[in-house]
Amino acid sequence: MDGVKKFNWLGWSACALLLCLWELGSRAAPKLQLYVPPISQVMAALGQLALAGPIAKHLMITVGRFVEGYLLSAAIGVSLGIVLGYFRIVHSFLETLIEFLRPMPSVAIIPVAILALGIGDSMIVAVTVYATVWPILINTLDGVRRIEKILLDTGRTFSLARRQILWQIILPAASPYIVTGLRVGLSIALILVTTAEMIAGSKGLGFFYPRRRTLDEQRGHVRRYSAGRGPWLHAQSTVSRRRSEGDALAPRRDRAGICLRCSPGD
Amino acid sequence: MAILVVQGLSKSYRQASGETTVAIGDITCHVEAGEFISFVGPSGCGKTTLLMSIAGLLAPTSGRVIVNGNPVAGPPANLVLLFQEYNKSLFAWRSVLGNVRFGLEARRGYSAGAGEKAKGLIELVGLKGFENHYPWELSGGMQQRVAIARALAYGPEVLLMDEPFGSLDALTRLELEDVLLRIWAELKTTILFITHDIEEAIYLSDRIWVLSRRPSRIIDEIEITFPRPRNQVTTRAEGRFMEIRNAIYHQIRN
Repeated sequence: MDGVKKFNWLGWSACALLLCLWELGSRAAPKLQLYVPPISQVMAALGQLALAGPIAKHLMITVGRFVEGYLLSAAIGVSLGIVLGYFRIVHSFLETLIEFLRPMPSVAIIPVAILALGIGDSMIVAVTVYATVWPILINTLDGVRRIEKILLDTGRTFSLARRQILWQIILPAASPYIVTGLRVGLSIALILVTTAEMIAGSKGLGFFYPRRRTLDEQRGHVRRYSAGRGPWLHAQSTVSRRRSEGDALAPRRDRAGICLRCSPGD
Repeated sequence: MAILVVQGLSKSYRQASGETTVAIGDITCHVEAGEFISFVGPSGCGKTTLLMSIAGLLAPTSGRVIVNGNPVAGPPANLVLLFQEYNKSLFAWRSVLGNVRFGLEARRGYSAGAGEKAKGLIELVGLKGFENHYPWELSGGMQQRVAIARALAYGPEVLLMDEPFGSLDALTRLELEDVLLRIWAELKTTILFITHDIEEAIYLSDRIWVLSRRPSRIIDEIEITFPRPRNQVTTRAEGRFMEIRNAIYHQIRN
């Protein structure tokens, strides 16, 4: 309960240690450097990218979607959680439905979202909200249900109106749970924004990151697919492109196998 | 005119097994403004249910409660119930001062002078210096003082107290009994007090109603005429004190 947390030297030294091992390990094995360049080079490349411009633009887009999705999730999750936690009948009505929907991997909903909303901002925000609402909703609901009945009775015997009981008793009493839900939701929202961008974005960090890896190879694809096509076709082509990339990996692996088999004979 | 009238109040519960349990049989009583009245009865006799019904937090099965001439259909504005589990009823997210201010603001809304008034009440219950502590930092006796100050801050005409000192140690209990009597004399609040401690009831009250086992009824009413202010040593040492105690004890046992 102390207000100011002490700086966690031990925790940060673990991070520093990992980075040192990365740098030294990578430099010690030159063959490895093709896949895992030293962290110093990575940081330098990142700096160059940032100075060149595109990364900042994509970052802003991702942050914008993240903030929008997260705030929407918080508003929906907290208000719905309070209603479900307070009114037992509403909870009984929706409980089964929630338990069916909740365990579904959120990434699996992306194709459905593309069908319904295309591949713009709204699809990415919707997917983010879908995934982020759950932890906030469930925690808020639990928090409200765990409020001691005597606290609500206290509000009643002091003749508070329902609205006052909500603001002065229910919200503060459930706040530890609500904050937990909001914290868990924070990371989920970030994961979902970037994942949705990877699969079907045309902007944003999630889009930028995988394309950067094989930019030359993909420049052609992008030109071929982006000219004069609707979102649906684009989405389809994105999916098929993914698939063909997956296929392309298979023969490469075979080739490597052949090489391995060949090498002892050489 | 009586400030509080209970007419033929009864309360039954339907249990999960389908059986009906009658918690309160049939209670009728009148309380005059400014009186200090105690209910005494064996544990499990439905005392809490009775108080919850009077406070408008439970709907009675039959009968009615009239406060200041108005039939009760929900918690009345001029009546506050002090719960037995005071530690659970305090707001953990508010300081001592914040909890007491809650009582003031619940009745009159936010006002600039509330802070000073709350501090006065905190001093009255003997918690001066603890204004900025949080309930979980305090001992049980101190928490109960906060709960009392918060209830008084609301300024109720009738204060219902459900075994308020039941879980306190003996010394704290005696001390808080005197704090309560001092406040009652100063504020002229009507107090309806529930306890299973016969001597506590005699020491505090103007009148005592003795409750039977479940389904509870009032089996006796005893006027207590010891002069006030009372004294923990001399009042309790009077011969009449022990006579009343023994009489009530036998009534409850049989």
